Amino acid sequence: MITVTDLRKVYRQGTREVVALDGVSMSVPKGSIHGIIGHSGAGKSTLVRCLTLLDRPSSGTVTIDGRELTNVKDSEIRLARRRIGMVFQHANLMDSRTAAANIAHPLELVGTPKRDIDARVAELLALVGLGQFAEAYPAQLSGGQKQRVGIARALAAHPDVLLCDEPTSALDPRTTDEILDLISELSERLGLTVLIITHEMNVVKRICDSVSLLEAGRVVEHGPLREVASHLGGRLAKALIPLPPTPPVAGGPVVELLMVGEHATEPVLSGLTRRFDTDVNVLAGSVETLAGQRFGRLRVQLDASTDMEAVRTYLASQGVTVEVAA
Amino acid sequence: MNFFEELANNPGITKALPEAVTDTLLMVGVSGFFTLLIGLPLGIFLHTSAPGGLRPMPVTNRILSDVIVNITRSIPFAILMVILIPFSRMVTGSSIGPLAACVPLSIGTIPFFARLVETALRDVAGGKIDAALVMGSTRMQVIRKVLMPEALPGLVAALTTTLVTLVGYSAMAGIIGGGGLGRLAYNYGVQRFDTTVMVVTIVIIVAIVQIIQLAGDFAARRVDHRSAAGNRRRRTGTAAAAAPAPVTAAPGTEELRNDARSRA
Repeated sequence: MITVTDLRKVYRQGTREVVALDGVSMSVPKGSIHGIIGHSGAGKSTLVRCLTLLDRPSSGTVTIDGRELTNVKDSEIRLARRRIGMVFQHANLMDSRTAAANIAHPLELVGTPKRDIDARVAELLALVGLGQFAEAYPAQLSGGQKQRVGIARALAAHPDVLLCDEPTSALDPRTTDEILDLISELSERLGLTVLIITHEMNVVKRICDSVSLLEAGRVVEHGPLREVASHLGGRLAKALIPLPPTPPVAGGPVVELLMVGEHATEPVLSGLTRRFDTDVNVLAGSVETLAGQRFGRLRVQLDASTDMEAVRTYLASQGVTVEVAA
Repeated sequence: MNFFEELANNPGITKALPEAVTDTLLMVGVSGFFTLLIGLPLGIFLHTSAPGGLRPMPVTNRILSDVIVNITRSIPFAILMVILIPFSRMVTGSSIGPLAACVPLSIGTIPFFARLVETALRDVAGGKIDAALVMGSTRMQVIRKVLMPEALPGLVAALTTTLVTLVGYSAMAGIIGGGGLGRLAYNYGVQRFDTTVMVVTIVIIVAIVQIIQLAGDFAARRVDHRSAAGNRRRRTGTAAAAAPAPVTAAPGTEELRNDARSRA
């Protein structure tokens, strides 16, 4: 379990102070995958550097399993870092080392005996599905294979937390899915807590249990995936279950409907037309499966004469959330 | 008397040449050794103490970089050698001969080599250093396990360039009293108008430079794993070198992919 409490980072640029992180807090239960999503400039990179202690936060704490990471002396900083395994956007492998030697790198640092290193490296190569590439140099590997080596290297020294900084942003869609599935599988198999920093909503959709939306150094929305997706007006919900923009239309009121779970598969609209003897015009719609649950979102136009309150009450009784579109 | 007979009978070649070659190789070898011994750590220190380096030490870095390295490099070698005569005598007990010449040669090339080392180390991507630090590396471990091995092709090339420069410097040192091929060419070729000795000396100097360069290029290639097709392409020569470079992801594709996905 990793807990971040009121993390702040202020950079000084000449006489100007730049607040990169403005009180970030989050808590990720052991064995779960947490996504941190944000646009560039939101403070993602600063957050990564503070979590790995490459930069010292100005204030606030990072705690892993009750032990604090941030409040250590410089001499202990290396030990604290070893509790976090990190996967980088561009893998950052050593070009002069083979895949096996790259994975062995963190083990060499702590003076692991050669025989134990060899055994652990073979185990990790198999774990990430690269058994036959032990002697290949990074330049001979594809982007996805490099990232697999990067993941194996991050796991080599048995870290408590796997921190992934844009792990798939440099990969093609198919490789992205493979890498994400690997991370998810490893998290499950090893009981690993995973933090994924990304700007791709697809990453969150595919493997995250919970998510935080980072904006201008603050967490503006956060929660388990099902919860944030059910919050119809929320920014994350809009991004998780996106609807294409529709031009403004004349006539009746435009509303957005959100159906969760079994409601997402029920014929809500035909029920509506029958009951109120009215026409419903579907403008846009989308169905997504998030964290194992189906979510349906519809943008519809109702008849001008419709009694909105009655419709709202009826839909609510059907388990549908309604929001009048601006 | 044809050219080859003259070669065999010219005392400048039969007597003086072998000794001159040995002296030159001695000067290049000994000063090359000390340049590596002192220049490499100095170059590493210049890199790690720079702002944003592993252990920034702005003042020390400034002094070393600006004052020592740049000033030493800006003094013409011939003048440096004369200035250093008392120092050479102190170190080697003599101010003439190849060993004495090694002192100014080393002092002249150490800053040059250190700068090349610094440049080679600067080419190691910062992400690799971050990765090593996050693993829990000490600074020493970052230097030994990341900076040096990752920059090795560049370091080998730097040493090659330095040795070639040393051959040139040693010829200059020879004229002022160091001996070697430089003095041979000057004494026989310039002062006695002996063209044969001059030509032979030049040929040998060019050959030495060629051998150093070829060996250096070969070694640099051997330690370079940065390109998958690199070794193959270089071995087959220029025809394959003209082959189109591998196409990397076009800029903007990432953006495109995101859009496509969020709408899907």
